Amino acid sequence: MPGSKSIIPFGPQHPVFPEPLQLRLVLEDEKVVEALPAIGYVHRGIEKLAEKKEYTQNIFLVERICGICSFMHALAYCQGIEMLMDVTVPDRARYLRVIWSELHRLHSHLLWLGLLADSFGFESLFMQSWRSREAVMDIMEATAGGRVIISTCIIGGVRRDISEELMAEVLKTVDVLERDLEIIRPVVFDDYSVKQRLVGTGRITSEQAYDLGSVGPVARACGIARDFRETGYAAYKEIKVTPVTETGGDAYARARVRIREMYQSIDIVRQAVRDIPAGDIAVPARGNPEGEVISRVEQPRGEVIYYIKGDGTKNLERLRVRTPTFANMAPLLTMLPGCELANVPVIVLSIDPCISCTER
Amino acid sequence: MSLMNTVAVSPDRLLQEVAGKYRQRYRFATMTCTDIGDGYDILYHFDKDYELCNLRLYLKKGEELPSISSIFFAALLVENEIKDLFSIPIRDLVIDYGGRFLLTEDAPVAPMGREGCSRAIDIRLQGAPEEEDK
Repeated sequence: MPGSKSIIPFGPQHPVFPEPLQLRLVLEDEKVVEALPAIGYVHRGIEKLAEKKEYTQNIFLVERICGICSFMHALAYCQGIEMLMDVTVPDRARYLRVIWSELHRLHSHLLWLGLLADSFGFESLFMQSWRSREAVMDIMEATAGGRVIISTCIIGGVRRDISEELMAEVLKTVDVLERDLEIIRPVVFDDYSVKQRLVGTGRITSEQAYDLGSVGPVARACGIARDFRETGYAAYKEIKVTPVTETGGDAYARARVRIREMYQSIDIVRQAVRDIPAGDIAVPARGNPEGEVISRVEQPRGEVIYYIKGDGTKNLERLRVRTPTFANMAPLLTMLPGCELANVPVIVLSIDPCISCTER
Repeated sequence: MSLMNTVAVSPDRLLQEVAGKYRQRYRFATMTCTDIGDGYDILYHFDKDYELCNLRLYLKKGEELPSISSIFFAALLVENEIKDLFSIPIRDLVIDYGGRFLLTEDAPVAPMGREGCSRAIDIRLQGAPEEEDK
């Protein structure tokens, strides 16, 4: 009946969702009037488990919060423990941390682009972006030994160095990636079909994005110039990062931010490879962490927050992780009302959701 | 090392302090809850220009926590999470999942509490023989 409301359980298993998430959508005809998320399908109790493991073992645990930004989870955790134990990381390790962080950002954004393209049926864009992503995965494997969870970050530095020969391979990889992006960018920025599906879809204002605590590309697509790399952790003190912003506040603006951020990551990798100093890659960290600290890192989806509390023993009293997707769920609930049902997958994918991160 | 920019607040002053943060254009970052035995150590983290400001609240076990979700809508998700994982009653949530945000009916109670799971998880599969049938 026209005007009557119906409730559609969107997910948890849905062709466009790579992970289980349910949205309870209240519809009037084809229009969404209300959306409520239901999660808990992949909750693993990682924060509780972190209290049972030794603080050194937790690095491997936090890397498994999310495969896509695993290195940055380890980085945020290690930085927090290093602050508590007053450990100064060698300069070379700070640069290596930046190189692996930006490689993760590149493969994460390319993975997201493929998923977004798939959500509106652009399969050739999906295949092209995932094909390009393989080059990043290969160089990750060459430099770290693993494609996804690389386990190179340790307390006090990094576990592995990158040789001169492999640094040259890293540069070759980002050159190839840049050439690929020159093909991908005009498709995302100018293609008629892409713009038809993305422009104006899931729009929020800058004021809403700020008030709802959105982070990462979701915030920057609303003109909020906020990127935690600006604070200068790791080697971002020497390699300056200017937040990439757009003003549209819609799915198209979020896509533009991520595409432009890939170029920025390529530049950062080149700078890091050029300027990396010689020297040690780690210093020993002795003792146990005591006190409480907050460590933050800019992941591909936005800022992650680690609260770490140690009591001087090998076990932590508390480890709390606020992931970027968790912060972007409230903005998502504001984007959905008023949209057509067919645009729900596009809007959800436009925030680049990571449910493993959200639930931990 | 102790947490910088942290101010203690009592439950009855909480909403006033949080409204002050909203007026000062702070963004809600998240909350952290820790079971400290006789009560809970609850931290509210707010951010402005990359600076974190924290409110620290001590809540006795069994007491109710006022929700700040009417001031910062974004807080509703983490408040529901804390309600699930610590079994803390939270009043005036703008959307209340009733303790079923993350957990299902057969999940352990207060899994993030100090004692861990206060009720054993019944992992027996549906249709499996009862203990006495074996």
